[in-house]
Amino acid sequence: MTDIPMDSMVRAAAHPRRDIGLKARYAAERRFRIYGALAISVGLAFLAIMLITIVSKGYTAFWQTTVTLPINFDEKLIDPSNKRATDPSVLIKANYPKLAERALIAKLGIDPSNKPMVMKLKGFLSEGARVQLRDIVAADPSVIGTTRDVNILAAANLDSAFKGQIDLSVEEARRKVSDQQITWMNKLKADGVMAEHFNTGLFSYGASSRPETSGMGVAIIGSFYMMVIVLLLALPIGVAASIYLEEFAKKNRLTDLIEVNINNLAAVPSIVFGLLGLAVFINFLGMPRSAAFVGGLVLTLMTLPTIIIATRAALAAVPPSIRSAALGLGASKMQMVFHHILPLAAPGILTGTIIGLARALGETAPLLLIGMVAFVADYPTTPFDPATALPVQIYMWANEAERAFVERMSGAIIILLVFLMAMNITAIVLRRRFERRW
Amino acid sequence: MNIMTEQSLENAVGDKMNAKSNEVIKMRGDKVGVFYGDKQALFDVNLDVRLNQVTALIGPSGCGKSTFLRCLNRMNDTIDSARVTGKITLDEEDIYDKNIDVVELRARVGMVFQKPNPFPKSIYENVAYGPRIHGLAKRKTDMDQIVESSLKKAAIWNEVKDRLQEPGTGLSGGQQQRLCIARAIAVSPEVILMDEPCSALDPIATARVEELIDELRQNYTIVIVTHSMQQAARVSQRTAMFHLGYLVEEGATDKMFTNPDDKRTQDYITGRFG
Repeated sequence: MTDIPMDSMVRAAAHPRRDIGLKARYAAERRFRIYGALAISVGLAFLAIMLITIVSKGYTAFWQTTVTLPINFDEKLIDPSNKRATDPSVLIKANYPKLAERALIAKLGIDPSNKPMVMKLKGFLSEGARVQLRDIVAADPSVIGTTRDVNILAAANLDSAFKGQIDLSVEEARRKVSDQQITWMNKLKADGVMAEHFNTGLFSYGASSRPETSGMGVAIIGSFYMMVIVLLLALPIGVAASIYLEEFAKKNRLTDLIEVNINNLAAVPSIVFGLLGLAVFINFLGMPRSAAFVGGLVLTLMTLPTIIIATRAALAAVPPSIRSAALGLGASKMQMVFHHILPLAAPGILTGTIIGLARALGETAPLLLIGMVAFVADYPTTPFDPATALPVQIYMWANEAERAFVERMSGAIIILLVFLMAMNITAIVLRRRFERRW
Repeated sequence: MNIMTEQSLENAVGDKMNAKSNEVIKMRGDKVGVFYGDKQALFDVNLDVRLNQVTALIGPSGCGKSTFLRCLNRMNDTIDSARVTGKITLDEEDIYDKNIDVVELRARVGMVFQKPNPFPKSIYENVAYGPRIHGLAKRKTDMDQIVESSLKKAAIWNEVKDRLQEPGTGLSGGQQQRLCIARAIAVSPEVILMDEPCSALDPIATARVEELIDELRQNYTIVIVTHSMQQAARVSQRTAMFHLGYLVEEGATDKMFTNPDDKRTQDYITGRFG
């Protein structure tokens, strides 16, 4: 009798293990993890390659070589017949480059009568010296007749040579900087007269055919105008449309159709919006070409679907219990939306808006079509003046051949990326900080 | 609003003086039916809600008791597909009449929900919100008074008086529910609807809310949906039993729990189904 339970226990222990495919399952999981890790590494590698390329090519754009020269604002050269009191244009037309050249000749100790040597100095200093010196005189005419130290911009080729970007092993005739100029450059460098400074001009100058005097000032202002216009138009319109669709509109075929269309609009290629802007705003409504205002309108059209979709998602994420609570107290629908739903949805709306703005900031194609790809040297004082935008500036510099423009293009990309990253980080921080858990 | 509250006060006083006749009908449902789209959820419900009494609605899940409750302050209006037939009156007035404003109705018939749902704002703001949107307080001091008396009536004042500016969502579940009751009281409603107010609470918090309901009965008419037979027996004077969208039986709670007319009621109360 006692054997029977013993027997059954032994049998239970010896029960064969079923094969439920554990090995294969774990192997599949391991493989999947490897695929995932590989995918991430590939993505990161591309990102790293992109960033390293851009930064390594672009960081030098933030430095600009200048030559510090004691400029003698010679009255005889600027205003020989002493007419500036009656005719201010004398001060504008004066031969300022000559002042810089004289100072450089004196600095290098060249005999001014040695014409061939003086000729070799051509292209050492930037033509931008004219504007630099003119601005000094215009700001304070009393400098005429005195001497003061000025950081004159070096020409782009000398700037490149100074930064070591020109291959000196190439024979002299085939490069843009002569051996004599290199000798002078090294002399000035040893004297501490020629040096690199932070390139403030990159942020302040407008368009120019000379790399050393071209910058993103106009593009930054143009992009700023456009962002303000997009924010002022797309945010209220987008939020109002979303609130209506999400909270007030009856769910029927018409609203379904509208919803499908909004989702479709978000996927429309941006160049189509550019064509629309060209046809409607410029050709039909007669708005000015190349203006930030029109650019802002086009980008608004492009950003609206993004903002509407984000806002509707944020509104829908507010729990129904809050709606019931407000309605149960006798709040009207509008009071419910504006007192409770909207404040709770605000972080989501803001995040969506910032991401939409960031997308608009980087948009190039529609701006090309409405003529914002223009050579604009002067700051636009209003959004109706011709302007360019950051990505368009990058596009334009990418079309230039000179080494110094390539460097500036990479610099501009770095600046644009910094702006975009700042905006996206703001969005993430907002989301983290204000995200509510119910 | 003032006139209304005076009226309800008068009614309350009259009721106390005439304690035997608890027969003032505050709300009356007459052949109430509710459709969600094509599906009918409630069939021909005739149910009276008596003044200053607690009416408990019981029945198994999906029997239509919450649906009926939500008809009483027209919360079903917020569901697009919902349609209500029949007639519901509040003080003899049809609440589905075109002349009745739903916002005003909800100020007269307040609601407390199953899950405590304080606004993610301060405790003070939670209570002050209703009076503010209805313009019940002209001055800050008036509002302070409303908030204080509402929180006192909801038996939570002593727990929160030192932290009125802290968020209402930071309270415990039971406190949150009492805050929600205070919020509903703050607009001086005549009727308070409670949709399983204790289902998300622990037994101690439940006991406190039940005590509170009994106190509130003095001044308000209460309709409560509950899944707990004991709760219905403890807090209510009248009980209505729903099953599959029909009102099975309605009567004095004592009778319903000791000697129901309908076999289904008996089965449900004794736990044979539901």
